[in-house]
Amino acid sequence: MKLTRRMFMQGAAAVTALMAAPRALLAWPEKAFKAGSSDEVMQALFGSADVTESGSVVLNAPDIAENGRVVPISVSSSLDGVQSISVIVVENPSPLAASFDLGPGASADVSTRIKMGKTSNVIAVVKADGKLYSAQKEVKVTIGGCGG
Amino acid sequence: MASDIRIKAKLNGDTAEVKTLMKHEMETGTRKDKKTGETVPAHYITEVKCELNGKLVMTANWGPAVSKNPYFAFTVKGAKAGDVLKVSWVDNKGGGSSAETTLG
Repeated sequence: MKLTRRMFMQGAAAVTALMAAPRALLAWPEKAFKAGSSDEVMQALFGSADVTESGSVVLNAPDIAENGRVVPISVSSSLDGVQSISVIVVENPSPLAASFDLGPGASADVSTRIKMGKTSNVIAVVKADGKLYSAQKEVKVTIGGCGG
Repeated sequence: MASDIRIKAKLNGDTAEVKTLMKHEMETGTRKDKKTGETVPAHYITEVKCELNGKLVMTANWGPAVSKNPYFAFTVKGAKAGDVLKVSWVDNKGGGSSAETTLG
């Protein structure tokens, strides 16, 4: 296959398009998801583990999860300027479960279902106006959701 | 492959409550196949994007700890009837899917 000028230009255009794509496209925080402790997760995500516990962050999770494979979690916040919401399961092999980047059109209110290997504290970290706020709750797990 | 994402959106004034269900095995990469004893390779959704009329509202970055056939609910501000809400995901193996719905 000969590399023609047209092909080269198309290739270059594709590369440019990729680079110009919204940051979110390429921003999957691999380091944070591979981190082995909640402090490492915070460092990788925010460059700081300096969080303030706040009543303005509401973490809804069950007291007891009978099935660790499906634990419903929801996080909301009344803070202004929420940029991201992250869910960390301290005792999971990879503590970071999910991290939500909020655009201007999104409310600070997300729900999902996660897996928990065993009983653990779950921490919700909300980044608002560049500062970190958190709420945590212990969820008891009767049947683990990792391996099996 | 639009059928593997289900979107339910309820418009409430100018906010839309969106509930989505995606079909995905969300394999952690640590589970062993009981028959062969071999580790099942990781296969999970890494990124979910939600757009309203083509404008990015939210990006969810996920690890393998999100449950199988993920459920994801969120709220969009400043929405109105007729707006198009699009949800799309990509996984760690390069797979992906998207679906959209019109609010109203």
